[in-house]
Amino acid sequence: MSTSATHGLGSPAAITRHAILLITGALILIPFVWMVSLSIKPPGEIFHASFSFWPKQFYGIENYTKALTEAPLPRYMLNGVFVCTMIVAAQVLVCAPAAYALAKLEFPGKNLLFAMVLIALILPHEVLSLPLFILGYQIGVLNTYAALVFPYVVSPFGIFLFRQFFKTIPDDVIHAARLDGLSELAIVWRIMVPMALPAIIAFGIFSVVGHWNSLFWPLIAVRDQNLMPPPLGIMAFKNEEAGNDYGPLMAASTIVVAPLIIAFLSAQRWFVEGLTGGAVK
Amino acid sequence: MAGITIEKIEKTFGATPVLREVSLKIADGEFLTLLGPSGCGKSTLLRILAGLEVQTAGSVAIGDRVVDGVRPKRRDVAMVFQSYALYPHMTVQDNMSVPLRMRRLTAWQRLPLLGRFLPGTKATAAEIERDVIRTAKALGIGHLLARKPGQLSGGQRQRVAVGRAMVRQPAVFLMDEPLSNLDAKLRVQMRAEIKELHNRLGVTFVYVTHDQSEAMTMSDRVAVMLDGELLQVAPPQEIYADPDDRRVAEFIGSPKINMLEAKLRDAALADAAGTSFTVAADAGPGTALTVGIRPEAFHLVETGGPNVLTGAVRLVEHMGSDLFVHLNVPGTEHPVVARLLAERAPQIELGQTLHLGVRPERLLIFAADGKRLRPQGHAGAKVLPIKERMQ
Amino acid sequence: MTIASSMPERAADPTGAAVVPKMLRRQRIAEAFVAWSLAGPALVLLVTMFFLPVFAVFAIALTDWQFGATTLSFIGMANFREVLADEGFRASFANTIFYVVIVVPGTIVLGLAIALLIESGKSCRAFYRAIHFLPFMATLTAMAIAWEALLHPTIGLVNQTLAGLGLPTANWLRDENTVLPVLAIIGIWQNLGYAMVLFLAGLKSIPQDLYDAADIDGADLWFDRLRTVTLPMLGPVTMFVFIVVALKAFETFDTVQVLTQGGPGHASEMLLYTLYRESFEYLRTGYGASVAVVFLFIVVALTLIQARVMDKKVHYQ
Repeated sequence: MSTSATHGLGSPAAITRHAILLITGALILIPFVWMVSLSIKPPGEIFHASFSFWPKQFYGIENYTKALTEAPLPRYMLNGVFVCTMIVAAQVLVCAPAAYALAKLEFPGKNLLFAMVLIALILPHEVLSLPLFILGYQIGVLNTYAALVFPYVVSPFGIFLFRQFFKTIPDDVIHAARLDGLSELAIVWRIMVPMALPAIIAFGIFSVVGHWNSLFWPLIAVRDQNLMPPPLGIMAFKNEEAGNDYGPLMAASTIVVAPLIIAFLSAQRWFVEGLTGGAVK
Repeated sequence: MAGITIEKIEKTFGATPVLREVSLKIADGEFLTLLGPSGCGKSTLLRILAGLEVQTAGSVAIGDRVVDGVRPKRRDVAMVFQSYALYPHMTVQDNMSVPLRMRRLTAWQRLPLLGRFLPGTKATAAEIERDVIRTAKALGIGHLLARKPGQLSGGQRQRVAVGRAMVRQPAVFLMDEPLSNLDAKLRVQMRAEIKELHNRLGVTFVYVTHDQSEAMTMSDRVAVMLDGELLQVAPPQEIYADPDDRRVAEFIGSPKINMLEAKLRDAALADAAGTSFTVAADAGPGTALTVGIRPEAFHLVETGGPNVLTGAVRLVEHMGSDLFVHLNVPGTEHPVVARLLAERAPQIELGQTLHLGVRPERLLIFAADGKRLRPQGHAGAKVLPIKERMQ
Repeated sequence: MTIASSMPERAADPTGAAVVPKMLRRQRIAEAFVAWSLAGPALVLLVTMFFLPVFAVFAIALTDWQFGATTLSFIGMANFREVLADEGFRASFANTIFYVVIVVPGTIVLGLAIALLIESGKSCRAFYRAIHFLPFMATLTAMAIAWEALLHPTIGLVNQTLAGLGLPTANWLRDENTVLPVLAIIGIWQNLGYAMVLFLAGLKSIPQDLYDAADIDGADLWFDRLRTVTLPMLGPVTMFVFIVVALKAFETFDTVQVLTQGGPGHASEMLLYTLYRESFEYLRTGYGASVAVVFLFIVVALTLIQARVMDKKVHYQ
């Protein structure tokens, strides 16, 4: 579609393109802008309905302080970081060796195992939440960090993605490694995983974004405020304390959204690949 | 001390036989080339030697040790792959260190982070570094140690692959078409370097290639393979001048050997292409034979007669020192190609009739089944029935 | 000529030939052992985290078990009959369909239009792509709170703007006529960047040759090019985006939970919210499991369609 690109910035078509995209972009950004705007306004200005983005009286410090102190927001954030780290680490640890076996080794039951991976790939986690809740109850991990992590320690998508990538690594490299004296497990961690680093990073982003943002399972798995990841925490904050105290609530929302947005803006390509890579392949 | 003894190796993939009863003895310190077209099984044989594939039947011994079922790591062999198979995420130095680290450090010492604090790790690691640097310098890649394979040229990568194999001083070097990814000029240069390396190290080299010039220039002996069979194992000159099999004669040599279909008239004469050739064959009149004549075996003669081919010049190719003359000879399927000295050029015109003579001892006679028929008294060879094949 | 004359004694042993197939077998067994020990943890976890739970959902759906109860009995399809007869579930199901029917075409049309616009020029591509993709990865729970502020009946920007223009205002999230369309708009807002990125990838894969050919054939206006080359070539991608967005729409939960709790009445209740509330708030375990089964059937059906489409796409190339 290079229809009018050749005519440069000044042509009517190019101006129309920029105009439309700027308008749609602005519409898309309204919720973000409004959120930040409210987070720096004093209550009086918020309820005194106005269009201006910038407040007459800057109230950001008060709102953000309140958000960080009245709710255990730093705690929520740390919970989110901890849970996401544990999940991604466990997933790579479990999935990479399995993916290597599926991609490069011959063994009876291989097709069955791969079929299981594909079936598990279809199953939405929400459907499994009830039995997983019961399982968590039985093994006594509900309302702990373990409850937030255990359903996700194996990722069918991770196995699938790594397998695809490992398959593109030439067999000669594995043969060379065997001649060099590496064990199969060492081949996985010293050769395959470093060579598949792009896929691992893309998967890591996919996984972190998914679990940082997820509300459904944490809502079921934990009740203790000290264990809540950010989405659940901010919901609790809204329901209990802030209510209609929009300033601190918007400040809290901004803090929760900010890390991923900043990460996304600084590594756009990786994020787009991570979040759509699985879909395109 | 590590010769290789290959005894009746067979390999089938599914129902397809890839190797049929291949037997071969390679002497310690020998440079042996497995030569054949792609798909002839030469790479499979090499992989079986390395232990990367397991044979369906037969046995391999390296030195005095039967290595069937022994893991690649424990065979004391190193391999250079066609694709080099360097680890792209490691520097040249790390690539070359891997085989040493795996052998000289214990599993505990190799542990990330922790391992370096164990007793002895530091000394061994320094030793490894020293060996790697020495090997790299010997190969002229000392200045590349900090780079990654992606930053190297084809020739440099090739040297790193050789270095990775060389650094652990194996008893046997296996090379799987190591030069085929290089451009023509570099290939000639590396050919010489590998040969020098062999002279210097004095260990056994098994070299797989489809390129006859590599095989001819580098090897002590060449093993010609076709369709999973060893056709002939001999020094390069012998493979060329004294082939055991029609397929060997046709595979080696450029331009290709001229093959004329002939019928035996009596025990000493065969008719082909409108003339008769002096042959020695212990078979009845009327037996079909093939007469093979290397292009350079021809010389110009004045008139026709026995052992002289007559035909019209169809094409002349000037090669500098030589001249390739293509002749339409009645009664032959393909033009006959002769290689003549370049000073003959002024005498030869297109369409002109030429007489090409050949001395009887330079004729290569093959039976209908492709086996070579040798004249009586030929060095070490029997007349019919066909000389016993290798193995 | 060199022939193998003497092998070391072990190999010359006449039984040597019989030993080798055993060796081959042993090597296969060794490889299988290694493979299974590498894949073992994943297998065990796949079974416990995916396969046993799926069977359990079906099993629970056939009983009257309530979470915490010590007894249960098999009641066959009674749960499903109850679910299907339940007004609340019917509303939830109808709402979900309504929501999907708005979100999917809206997301596809807008995502495609923006992708085409971005790709039609060279400048600022990354910038526009980033802006439009932003909502897809922002934490929806937090953004829902921002939307709530926007839609606030008195101080929200939406009503202020409408009032300023002299248009009628509404209590968007408390009015049963507006709540579902508003949630759908949020759904489109969130997903259109995703569709856009997929379309951008699809557009990149159209070979320039086809445009050149269309040029020579006389289709040189942008509309003609769109009709003769771009849209037909995007067919498979569009089908794919359709399914992926539909799956995402069916799985909508966060906005309902944060903004409406299914209200007013049942006006904004959707399948996943019903599943959550019945299973974990009302602890009607058997009923919840039945809803899960229904939901699973929808998702699996959509995924199977997708697999068919992807198959076709492969043949297409």
